[in-house]
Amino acid sequence: MRPILVVTENQGAELSDSSRELLSKALALTEAFGGEVVAVGFGEGAPETLKRSGAHRAVAVGGSAVAQYASLPYERALHQVLERIQPSLVLLPNTTLGMDLGASLAAAKGMAMVAYCCGLHTESGALVATSQVYGGKLLAEVAIPVEEGAPGTVVTVLPGSWAPEALPNREPVLETLLAEEAQGMVVRETIAPESGGDVDITRAEVLVSVGRGIQDPENIPLAEELAQVLGGVVSCSRPVVDAGWLPRSRQVGKSGLTVKPKLYLALGISGAPEHLQGMKDAELIVAVNTDPAAPIFEVAHYGTTADVLDFIPAAVEAIRERGA
Amino acid sequence: MRIAVLMKEVPDLIEELELTPEGRLETDVLSYIPSEWDEQALEEALILKEESGAAVTVVAVDSGQVDDMLYTALAKGADRAVKLAAESEVLTNRARAALMAAYLQQDPYDLVLTGVQAVDDLDGQVAGLLGGQLGWPHASVVREVKAQGEQVQCVQEYAGGWMATLELALPAVLGIQAARRPPRYVSVAKVRQLQKTASLETVEVTPLPAVELPVRRLYRPAAAGHATMWSEDAAEAAAQLVELLQSRKLIRS
Repeated sequence: MRPILVVTENQGAELSDSSRELLSKALALTEAFGGEVVAVGFGEGAPETLKRSGAHRAVAVGGSAVAQYASLPYERALHQVLERIQPSLVLLPNTTLGMDLGASLAAAKGMAMVAYCCGLHTESGALVATSQVYGGKLLAEVAIPVEEGAPGTVVTVLPGSWAPEALPNREPVLETLLAEEAQGMVVRETIAPESGGDVDITRAEVLVSVGRGIQDPENIPLAEELAQVLGGVVSCSRPVVDAGWLPRSRQVGKSGLTVKPKLYLALGISGAPEHLQGMKDAELIVAVNTDPAAPIFEVAHYGTTADVLDFIPAAVEAIRERGA
Repeated sequence: MRIAVLMKEVPDLIEELELTPEGRLETDVLSYIPSEWDEQALEEALILKEESGAAVTVVAVDSGQVDDMLYTALAKGADRAVKLAAESEVLTNRARAALMAAYLQQDPYDLVLTGVQAVDDLDGQVAGLLGGQLGWPHASVVREVKAQGEQVQCVQEYAGGWMATLELALPAVLGIQAARRPPRYVSVAKVRQLQKTASLETVEVTPLPAVELPVRRLYRPAAAGHATMWSEDAAEAAAQLVELLQSRKLIRS
């Protein structure tokens, strides 16, 4: 099989967790199909982290154009790498990088594309991808052609889809590529996460988390009261932040913070995959949602389909009675 | 500035999705709504129009379900609505993007906004597909789009709450995560009123080439687990919560 190209991202001085997931899967696939794994990384740290990628070959893209992430120079550099490597499969993490570049590489290079992949397995000599669609309510199965003449397929993989195996202790043959300056896109300013502000939800042991089901900003104080009697703080899902009802520092999920409290009380949160990514490892999850088919109930330990606006005052009262 | 907002309709996930024995969506029973992220893109475009006098055109591939969505966009303040004629009512996202790309080549815009994703864009998100196909600068997972002469500024989001302010030369494509304000509401009566006078333009285009992979089947995930369900009565469920928290020593007993 033609090579598998893995587009990696660094997290500090290491390969990101999702990059390691992709590398370990790519290496397993080359055992089934033959061929090599080529890892590509960007920026100053790439030559060092790529050494630990376990890939057969690696391309470190450097230069001031890729000193920080920007889709345009990354894309131009990847076009060059694709021309050179002619991969049968390109794996990217379904992060902002994957959202920016997965579909665009496929469209620009006439390759096929599978997004939101959460499983890649071999099936009697074929490669099959499983993806989350319809807000995680359904899975889609797609056979990926890997024969010689196939156009190649770009796959973006949801972080955390499988546990990475330890990467082999092999130093890849390293090439370097100087990225060209791309006219048309400038990164003006990098903005650090809104850390805590008033509270740091990543440190709270109890989170009372509200979603769209809270309906109105006037209902937020209800949740705050419940958080108060539980000795916790209020967090939320993305739509609540986008509506301006709570600050971004309270947002749990893919584009917000990852939390692992002792108790996560999900109130009116349906459980989109992006949200689950940020809270599924909480020790105890209780979900309140009127839709019995809401995906949140699949990760919750306990749940009720009671209306959140009835449940919250009832819970406050019940806790006060016992605690008094 | 001329802005195109690319919109599509998707199955309403509030309703149960039914599957045929072959693992296809049972389309007869589906009800459709505008993709929520496309509504965010429309709102951001309308805010840009108010700020800088942009002209906003909403564009959708005509799958037979889009008229209400387009009239609603006009009622909210869009200037034009264009339907792209399609040969089939069931299109992959790739095929939709190929029609959109062809349209954008024949009727150029300065800025193209669309939703960052959709619940059914398995074969690629529209913003990336168009950026790649047209060779335009593009960015996804963005918000706070501001017009600045020959370029736009926006904020792109990364994992863990990191962000960056980007400037893109025009023409550019942006995949909008969220508008600066929640999408505006327009009454059904106002939409009906407007339908009497406004019209939708239909445009025929020859789609650019698109590589498609057939979906073998759709199926329901085997739930890794399921919550133990308490009473649906709020007071009873609240009592069950208290009992649980006491047993886990999360509140004083």
